[in-house]
Amino acid sequence: MPADIAVILPPALLPLFPGCPRRLTLPAATVADAINALEARFPGMADRLRDSRPAIRRHITVFVAGERAGLQSPIPPGAEVFICTAVSGG
Amino acid sequence: MGLYRNEMVQDTILLVGTRKGVFIAASDAARQHWSLRGPFCETWPINHVIADATGTIYAGGGNAWFGPAVWKSTDLGKTWSHSSAGLAYAEGETPISAVWSLAAAHGVLYAGVEPAGLFRSDDAGATWTEVAGLRNHPTRPDWQPGGAGLMLHGILVHPQDPKQLWVMISAVGVLYTADGGASWEHRNLGVKADFLPEPTPEFGQCVHCVAMAPGQPERLYQQSHAGMYRSDTGGRQWVSIQAGLPSGFGFPAAAHPRDPDTVFLLPLNGDTAGRFMPDAQAAVWRSRDAGATWTALRHGLPQLNAYFGVLRQALATDGQTPAGVYFGTTGGGLYTSANEGGSWSCIAPHLPAITSVETLLAG
Repeated sequence: MPADIAVILPPALLPLFPGCPRRLTLPAATVADAINALEARFPGMADRLRDSRPAIRRHITVFVAGERAGLQSPIPPGAEVFICTAVSGG
Repeated sequence: MGLYRNEMVQDTILLVGTRKGVFIAASDAARQHWSLRGPFCETWPINHVIADATGTIYAGGGNAWFGPAVWKSTDLGKTWSHSSAGLAYAEGETPISAVWSLAAAHGVLYAGVEPAGLFRSDDAGATWTEVAGLRNHPTRPDWQPGGAGLMLHGILVHPQDPKQLWVMISAVGVLYTADGGASWEHRNLGVKADFLPEPTPEFGQCVHCVAMAPGQPERLYQQSHAGMYRSDTGGRQWVSIQAGLPSGFGFPAAAHPRDPDTVFLLPLNGDTAGRFMPDAQAAVWRSRDAGATWTALRHGLPQLNAYFGVLRQALATDGQTPAGVYFGTTGGGLYTSANEGGSWSCIAPHLPAITSVETLLAG
């Protein structure tokens, strides 16, 4: 079982999943693991964060311990995963 | 397009898709006073909002951050949920960016997407399955995108036979299936594609909108990039009905709820001239004789500096008598007529850019 890590979600995602907190703790060794764990708790959330290629969505950025990460990026035990939306649009 | 649940009920509800969420407008019985609610769907860009026969509302769109989804409300917009389960192509393919068009008929919900493909849901939008026969068409490698992308932006279902569908793809044209989507054929004969080297190809036409005549599913009205057409053969052959219109270029077409000879359009000034109202004077154009002659309907519409367009899914009729006609502009104006276009009111001048207008009659 992977170690627990902390995930911080973008505020714009939260209204799509009623009851979802901004910060969660869940077991994950990679970013893909973390997204799968989010999907298990909030069905449909994986589709919002990664596309079908599969890849992190183009206007979503994931940081692991402060470094930009992809789906296969490892998450060191105790690291924080910060997911944010691009500052774009009009 | 519209949904007529019951001829005895009175109130018209407008389902309005915009670049920043869904709005819902409800009228009194006279269709003179309107109240507006919204924005819904977390201000996602929404391309199409419809209701099914039970009054459940569906909104299809795509968010730049979170991708495509179909939103659903079973309480006329008070609460919403969303799903995209199964609404995806295989790994490695270009992902779906947005849902462009919805249709509900015979207990099935259809969604057209970009890049062009068709999905169906048999559980009221909870999960989706691709109608794979469409993208298996042998001409698929040669499909080219239109200006807004390669998207499936229109779906018509035969009112009696659930296996017959027409879909509209830019810039491919009209495709038809008689077997529920397993096999498809192009139906563009007679429609020009004057932007291509070969002006009358089998496919490649930039269809903008097709409306089905009430009671005559073989009669279709098509606003194309290159002219206005009618087919009385389910799209096997199209004839021009452009004579008398200010332009062959426009986006939407809407059928009358009862009269198969009456159709409404909003021609623009041309594809390379700004795509505004002709002479910056707004008019809906109506034919009462299946496109033989046309009348401009301007009363109450802006006749000075009307530099807006109207998109392909942003014109609708209701099932009342006389029929209501409704359209929304790229400038965010929502216009209504309770007398088949004879006079117009702007009931919401400052919405976000409007992508779609549909009607629902509710008691």
